[in-house]
Amino acid sequence: MLGLFQSIWAILKHTFRRPVTVQYPDEQFDKPPRFRGRIILSRDPDGQERCVACYLCSAACPVDCIALQATEDERGRRYPAFFRINFSRCIYCGYCEEACPTYAIQLTPDFEMSEYQRQNLVYEKEDLLISGPGKYPGYNFYRVAGLAIGGKGKGEAEDEDPPVDLRTLMP
Amino acid sequence: MSEAVVALINVLGILIAVLSVAAGLIWVERRLLALWQDRYGPNRTGPFGLLQVVADAIKMFAKEDWIPPFADKPVYVIAPAIIIVTVLTSFAVIPFSPAIGVVDLNIGLLFFLGMSSLGVYSVVLGGWSSNNKYSLLGGLRGAAQMLSYEVFMGLSLMGVVMLSGSFSLRDIVEAQRGLWFCIPQLLGLVIFMVAGLAEAHRLPFDLPEAEAELVAGYHSEYSGMKFGMFFVGEYLGITLISALISALFFGGWLGPILPPLVWFLIKMFAFIGFFILMRATLPRPRYDQLMAIGWKMLLPLALLNLVVTGGILLAAGG
Repeated sequence: MLGLFQSIWAILKHTFRRPVTVQYPDEQFDKPPRFRGRIILSRDPDGQERCVACYLCSAACPVDCIALQATEDERGRRYPAFFRINFSRCIYCGYCEEACPTYAIQLTPDFEMSEYQRQNLVYEKEDLLISGPGKYPGYNFYRVAGLAIGGKGKGEAEDEDPPVDLRTLMP
Repeated sequence: MSEAVVALINVLGILIAVLSVAAGLIWVERRLLALWQDRYGPNRTGPFGLLQVVADAIKMFAKEDWIPPFADKPVYVIAPAIIIVTVLTSFAVIPFSPAIGVVDLNIGLLFFLGMSSLGVYSVVLGGWSSNNKYSLLGGLRGAAQMLSYEVFMGLSLMGVVMLSGSFSLRDIVEAQRGLWFCIPQLLGLVIFMVAGLAEAHRLPFDLPEAEAELVAGYHSEYSGMKFGMFFVGEYLGITLISALISALFFGGWLGPILPPLVWFLIKMFAFIGFFILMRATLPRPRYDQLMAIGWKMLLPLALLNLVVTGGILLAAGG
């Protein structure tokens, strides 16, 4: 019987407590930094596309929502001719981001991407590309990779020694 | 002529006011429950979400009014009307203020008890005619609960009747000029409150509905405005019980400075709020616990209250 009144009193005290509700569209809330939302394609610090069209994201995707086609420019740099993500299929698992060897594909905290027409959820490369480097400023895949492309020969990458002449290694 | 007009205004005014209060209570209850659960509740439609009631009403009226083919049609249709009719008729004897009130029956209290007993038919017939196991179980529970709580609901009021020497609610209110009956009849008040909760089958005594066990109990099969009538009937029930508590135990319209009607409404809404607080707080008892509380605890207490009040009155007046 006493417990009855205690519980009534306990509830009554909640009259003066602030509601925990976040009235979402009016009030925004802090998303955690690793929130997995809308996928973007980032660029090098010098403004070039990071994606090298290796198909790893597409292969890692459990729902097969990423489609792309590799091609090469005149300098020998690989890039995707088209890059398409079907967000009506995407489950925002982030495997593509983990698979990406060049930090090109990244998940952002934005999730407000509702559409009235399903077709509008298919994002093309120009919708996905952003102007900056995203979460990894300063990283440039072709600057650290050993691959030779136009304008950067063998041994000219960062922290890379010049190529060794195999014949000089003779005993 | 003018007397008839005044009576008509009284009747229509009370009818409309009571129905709007009952509808508005849906909003009040949701906001209060939300407040006590650290939420906001409906606050999007109109100022403070007040238009929620209108939106709900439009929704109810626009819904398909479907009668299941296996139902007993005439009874099924009549059941939701019974609860509205009986509760609204009970409001006839409530004295809102010296001037406002439909009739002043000299057996007003008995009239209310009789009407609330008739209200049981709504639950029982609704549950029976739906031809559904859960509805029937809900109806049976409702019948047993309301009949057994009816017994000491009447008994708990007899102390008040003895103190005031009348069954008329106006006389009872007038008799409280010196001292509100909530002090000499504290036990009666508590018993009446519990019985009133059970009569209006409100949480925590909502066993006829018990959505955790019986889908929605006796109104599982009801949709559209027929369900709406059960719903509004429940809120009318709380309003009625709150009005009665304020009239019988808290001096009705009596109070300083403010006009009588305002005092009555303040008291009434305070008890409505209290009933909502009970809903926010207490869990539903098991069915056998409900019956045990009724017959083994409250009935003896009501009888004790009756005997002690009678004895004291005899000794004092003797």
